[in-house]
Amino acid sequence: MSTAPYNQKAFLLTSLVSRDKDAILREWLQEMSGAVRRTDLINDVELRTQCSQFLELTRRALENSGDFSASAWDSVRKMLGDISRSRALQGFQPSETASFVFSLKRPIFTRIRQESKDDGELLAVLTWTTTELLDAMGLFTAEVYQKSREEVIRRQQEELLELSTPVVKLWEGILALPIIGTLDSARTQVVMESLLQAIVHNNSKVAIIDITGVPTVDTVVAQHLLKTVTAARLMGADCIISGVRPQIAQTIVHLGISLADITTKATLSAAFSVALQRLGFSFVRDAQR
Amino acid sequence: MGDFLLVTIQIDMHDRLAIALQDDLTNTISETEARGVLIDISSLEIVDSFIGRMLANIAAMARVLDAETVVVGMQPAVAITLVELGLSLPGVRTALNVDAGVEMLRASVDGTKGAYGTRLR
Repeated sequence: MSTAPYNQKAFLLTSLVSRDKDAILREWLQEMSGAVRRTDLINDVELRTQCSQFLELTRRALENSGDFSASAWDSVRKMLGDISRSRALQGFQPSETASFVFSLKRPIFTRIRQESKDDGELLAVLTWTTTELLDAMGLFTAEVYQKSREEVIRRQQEELLELSTPVVKLWEGILALPIIGTLDSARTQVVMESLLQAIVHNNSKVAIIDITGVPTVDTVVAQHLLKTVTAARLMGADCIISGVRPQIAQTIVHLGISLADITTKATLSAAFSVALQRLGFSFVRDAQR
Repeated sequence: MGDFLLVTIQIDMHDRLAIALQDDLTNTISETEARGVLIDISSLEIVDSFIGRMLANIAAMARVLDAETVVVGMQPAVAITLVELGLSLPGVRTALNVDAGVEMLRASVDGTKGAYGTRLR
């Protein structure tokens, strides 16, 4: 695209946008309410402010350049980025977010048609410029939206990792570590670290790893369990694995995994009583009751 | 410490130092007829396979000289590293801290006494 025709077109487009700004804004809002408007997520006043601010920024950028990637469009890009990011977090659908930009097409195209009247050439050129611009904006919006969503997912994954590895103190010197979900390498690392830290912190001699919540135990999971147990042993704490379900016991034997050096128990309570015994505690039931 | 020797490792072990420690320790065990050795590695933050093997060696040597070895105070990071290196230190006893280690040694020495009635020392 050469510069001279652009200036001419841009002048037309800019003057068109600035002259009919209010009308465009009104039609744009109407267009959005006709298509996908989430009144539950954003109110009219807020949307109106956003739209008019966006139009103003676009007009100013248009005066300088017709290329969306140019620096003159920085402020527009920033605003679009903010809008789609906040919408991604608010729970808008991707199409709803993109339609913020695309619903601007009709109001502007209407203006362009009125403006160019019988001049087919001008109509085509103006339409093309506008489409190109709006498409670039739409794509940019979708991209930012996608990125924000991915960020949300990543953060949730991290939180889940933290949440799912609590170390519980059962008794003086006895820790329990209920594992829920599959043990992969990343998770084993977190589990191991938090268990070892807790062992040091609570001065615990026995740690019970409860695998009731582990759906399947394959060779990899078993290896991770063994690693954790070995690390705890190196620190000077005994490990008991509890919550071994019948199917898991069968799988372990079929796979030829040896858990010979580790105490295993079917239930957490059995493991707890073994742990108490090892520490020299004994319980006596009150005869009165 | 009574019948037991306490070795505290406070600086990063390098190979020659580790060999010197082996020498020193075996000599001291035979001189003092110690029944137990506590190796406190709570200040040790970096380990490699050599240190791991050295710990296992010391334990084996001490056992030949009739002394129990307990490694105490291993840091979580060190434990994870050793496991990742595939060194589970079989045959080495471990305890959380010096107190727990002393308790463990005392129990095992007393156990020996109980089994034979009297101690031949």
